[in-house]
Amino acid sequence: MRARNYFVGAAFALLAGGMAHSAVAQDIKIGEINSYSLLPAFTEPYRKGWQLAVEEINAAGGINGKKLVVISKDDGGKPADAQTAANELVSSEGVAMLTGTFLSNIGLAVSDFANQKKVFFLAAEPLTDAVTWSKGNKYTFRLRPSNYMQAAMLVEAASKLPAKRWATIAPNYEYGQSAVAVFKKLMSEKRPDIQWVDEQWPPQGKIDAGPVVQAVAAANPEAILNVTFGADLVKLVREGNTRGLFKGREVVSFLTGEPEYLDPLKDETPEGWIVTGYPWYSIKTPEHDAFLKAYQAKYNDYPRLGSIVGYQTIKSAAAILAKAGSTDPEKLIAAAEGLSMPSPFGEITFRKIDHQSTLGAYVGKTALKDGKGVMVDSSYKKGADYLPSDAEVEKLRPKD
Amino acid sequence: MAFYVVQFLTGLASAASLFLVASGLSIIFGVTRIVNFAHGAFYMIGAYIAFTLTERLSGAFGFWGSIVLAALAVALIGVLVEMVLLRRIYHAPELFQLLATFGLTLMVEDLVVLIWGPDDLVGRRAPGFKGAIDFFGQNIPSYDLFLIVLGPVVLGILWLLFQRTRWGVLVRAATQDRDMVAALGVNQKWLFTSVFAVGVFLAALGGALQIPRDAVHHAMDLRIIVEVFVVVVIGGLGSIVGAFVAAVLVSELNAFGILIFPKISIILVFLVMAVVLIVRPWGLFGKPEAAARKTPGLTVNPWRPLTSNERLASLAVLVIAATLPLFAGNYALTVGSEIAIFVIFAVSLHFLMSVGGLASFGHAAYFGLGAYGIAFLAKMAGLPMIVCLLLGPLLGCMGAAVFGFFAVQLSGVYFAMLTLAFAQIVWSIAFQWVSVTGGDNGILGVWPEKWAASPSHFYWLALGVAALVTIALRIAVFSPFGYALRATRDSVLRSEAIGIDAKRIQWTAFVIAGTTAGIGGALFAYLKGSVFPDNLGISLSVDALVMVLLGGVETVSGAVIGAIVYKALNIWLVSQTDLSKLVLGGFIVLIVVVFPKGIVGMLEMLAQRRRKSSPPRSPLLAKPIESAE
Repeated sequence: MRARNYFVGAAFALLAGGMAHSAVAQDIKIGEINSYSLLPAFTEPYRKGWQLAVEEINAAGGINGKKLVVISKDDGGKPADAQTAANELVSSEGVAMLTGTFLSNIGLAVSDFANQKKVFFLAAEPLTDAVTWSKGNKYTFRLRPSNYMQAAMLVEAASKLPAKRWATIAPNYEYGQSAVAVFKKLMSEKRPDIQWVDEQWPPQGKIDAGPVVQAVAAANPEAILNVTFGADLVKLVREGNTRGLFKGREVVSFLTGEPEYLDPLKDETPEGWIVTGYPWYSIKTPEHDAFLKAYQAKYNDYPRLGSIVGYQTIKSAAAILAKAGSTDPEKLIAAAEGLSMPSPFGEITFRKIDHQSTLGAYVGKTALKDGKGVMVDSSYKKGADYLPSDAEVEKLRPKD
Repeated sequence: MAFYVVQFLTGLASAASLFLVASGLSIIFGVTRIVNFAHGAFYMIGAYIAFTLTERLSGAFGFWGSIVLAALAVALIGVLVEMVLLRRIYHAPELFQLLATFGLTLMVEDLVVLIWGPDDLVGRRAPGFKGAIDFFGQNIPSYDLFLIVLGPVVLGILWLLFQRTRWGVLVRAATQDRDMVAALGVNQKWLFTSVFAVGVFLAALGGALQIPRDAVHHAMDLRIIVEVFVVVVIGGLGSIVGAFVAAVLVSELNAFGILIFPKISIILVFLVMAVVLIVRPWGLFGKPEAAARKTPGLTVNPWRPLTSNERLASLAVLVIAATLPLFAGNYALTVGSEIAIFVIFAVSLHFLMSVGGLASFGHAAYFGLGAYGIAFLAKMAGLPMIVCLLLGPLLGCMGAAVFGFFAVQLSGVYFAMLTLAFAQIVWSIAFQWVSVTGGDNGILGVWPEKWAASPSHFYWLALGVAALVTIALRIAVFSPFGYALRATRDSVLRSEAIGIDAKRIQWTAFVIAGTTAGIGGALFAYLKGSVFPDNLGISLSVDALVMVLLGGVETVSGAVIGAIVYKALNIWLVSQTDLSKLVLGGFIVLIVVVFPKGIVGMLEMLAQRRRKSSPPRSPLLAKPIESAE
């Protein structure tokens, strides 16, 4: 059924071709770009999330009475294609702002495009610190907690562990490299007694897990930092379980608690890992309940972290547009800086100083329940508490 | 000590999985000469089907039965593909089958997501092989031991099959000289089909056997295909033993390499391949290819320069293209610039591939080097744009001069794979050398200066450069140098006999092609305002190949048309649908079937037929737009 819908959709899209401009001039258009074809596991729930947001916004009267329309494009996982899409959205669709992107390099490419063409860009998911700091610019804002923030949250828990000998396993690209670098730096500040005994850098998506697990085990660490995710994580966990790598060792792991990455592990989920993630089943706040109910009612499926990100991206964009009362990029920037708004995780603010939102993440431990992986003992970490001081941020960020 | 033994065994287990897939590819290539890009896709489908079956059928028999059933089912799909698609194009120019299998791969990537959903799937563990065995305090998964045994067993079975059966004799004979086998009255059709089925079966079996240790997902094919090609080439094409030895070599070097250089995995196989090919040009166990008896198709339709009418028509089309800014918007102009840049890229590869007969699988390296050249000059040296545009491509030129020197010592697929290895080495330098290249976050802010910043000005710039480059290369094709280059392509022996220094000519052509690609890359950097390692990546190299093949590898102007059609279609589809790969793949397969000589090749054939049927008419009206840009 689902497959058929896709085919019909594709055929329709092809037929409709150039007629996509049929939106009325009164509408407010947002251009959205993401790696739909490359990373469907994350972007499908993401798309559902933002579609729900659009529906809610328009049901509540749109943005200052105007209907919100989101035009979505696929970037195929390539920065160059993302720029082509951004260009189409800005030049031919006339969107008021750009949103989206998942991969860090694509986020940076679109952010540079936004800076050059003077377009407002709300980066949804890219984690690299460069988006708001070393390569930050005045047109770019970011929703998700950055690499630094997630590392700081994990370090808070990890530094309390007695372990002194640490090893790291991270995918060999910018995300993995900077996650390890920040984690090491913050960790060593809190615990000068720590030794880093081994590091493994499997290529992203191509981990040869057996030798990696064996090599880490040979260094005999007391604790392990993992940054791999997706299919690499599955292979690593499977080999690690069979070879007993995790037995008697603490593991701290980025992103593993997100349903996108935790659910596929099923009964092989390792227990007791300290992870960042999204335990949708155990969050009991009125804001999240409302979101969860609406999501499940619309899709008959549970939300992933991508759903939250997609939902909140469009909600944030709408709040910025509503406050600015205009689509002029300078006014949008002025409106967004310091703007607070509700989210399923509680109130968030887009900081004036570096355009980073204070959306946080949940930190907890992995556990097995009924043959499925879950996060337990989780608590919400507010993003605002895990950012460096303003003085430091100013040093990190180039002057506009 | 126990650790090193276990690490060695772990390496052997990785080698076994690699070998299964590689052996299939090797057999297929050896007999049919098809560069089967879809081999990874069959591997992936094998894993998906095995996943579904193992979830349904329970028990030990259910699990192992599912694995074999899945492999058989995929082999059946392979037979269908061979009979319906590949059989039609065995007589097409060399490498054209690559285009067909590339199209299939694109389709499969979208299809598996449609059928099995976007989530990563984790299958069952193998019954009886769930745990690990203790070896002096080190754990070895029992499934690894199973794989370690399976590898040599499959090798043994294949060896028996090839040495002790009539079918095997035929396969070996065809690997050595398939024309002779055909001349002896062997039914080639069924030989090819059966070989393809066996090869696909092995790929799917390799995929299905990954279920207990891997996740099944829609990018599995890309993860393995390049590595498998490399293993096959290191071992020597068509040699099963070679594939086995190469798989062990690569896996063990990786297993022990990461102990010393944890970042080595990303580039290791390519380093090994480059070294092996430079030392042993036909791989470890390969034999020199027999001298080609014919130059397929190339003599049928001799190349000729454009007549003056055609030149006028081309000029007219160029003028029309130059008026685009008068009526098109900014987006169309930017797309136009991008297409013009890819025309440059495609004609540069065409010069090497069609004129020189040297198909490069790593042409993006020189494109990307040109782009990085711009980024370095503009961002670090702060030079003005004109100077950058003139000097930037020199980086591509230098890269081509160094790598080309080694590459032209080889020919055929070995040449292609060595260029791929070099491209991957350059890519990994760009990817790893974060302090200089910014790693995968790239170099940002490489925007054109004011005079070229507006979309219409940049479009004219790109169009103008593309026209100049195309004309220059066309002149080169019909210059004495071009004739000499074509002579080396058509017959190395004869060209050497008349005093042509083949290697020198080919090296020069390589440098010309690399520099030209660098010009395209330089413009691309300014168009996008940023440079990423992607610009040197495999997928861009494949794009260039597809453009040339789509246009028609045996024609003079195919690359231009191929680049325009492929790039425009690609951009449009990506913008219109999330299933762009499915539609684009389907389109490519269709083109392959309908136009087995490429788009321009087909037009030329039609024009020729018409000329024959109505001799008095001027033959000069054909393909007026072929050198439009």
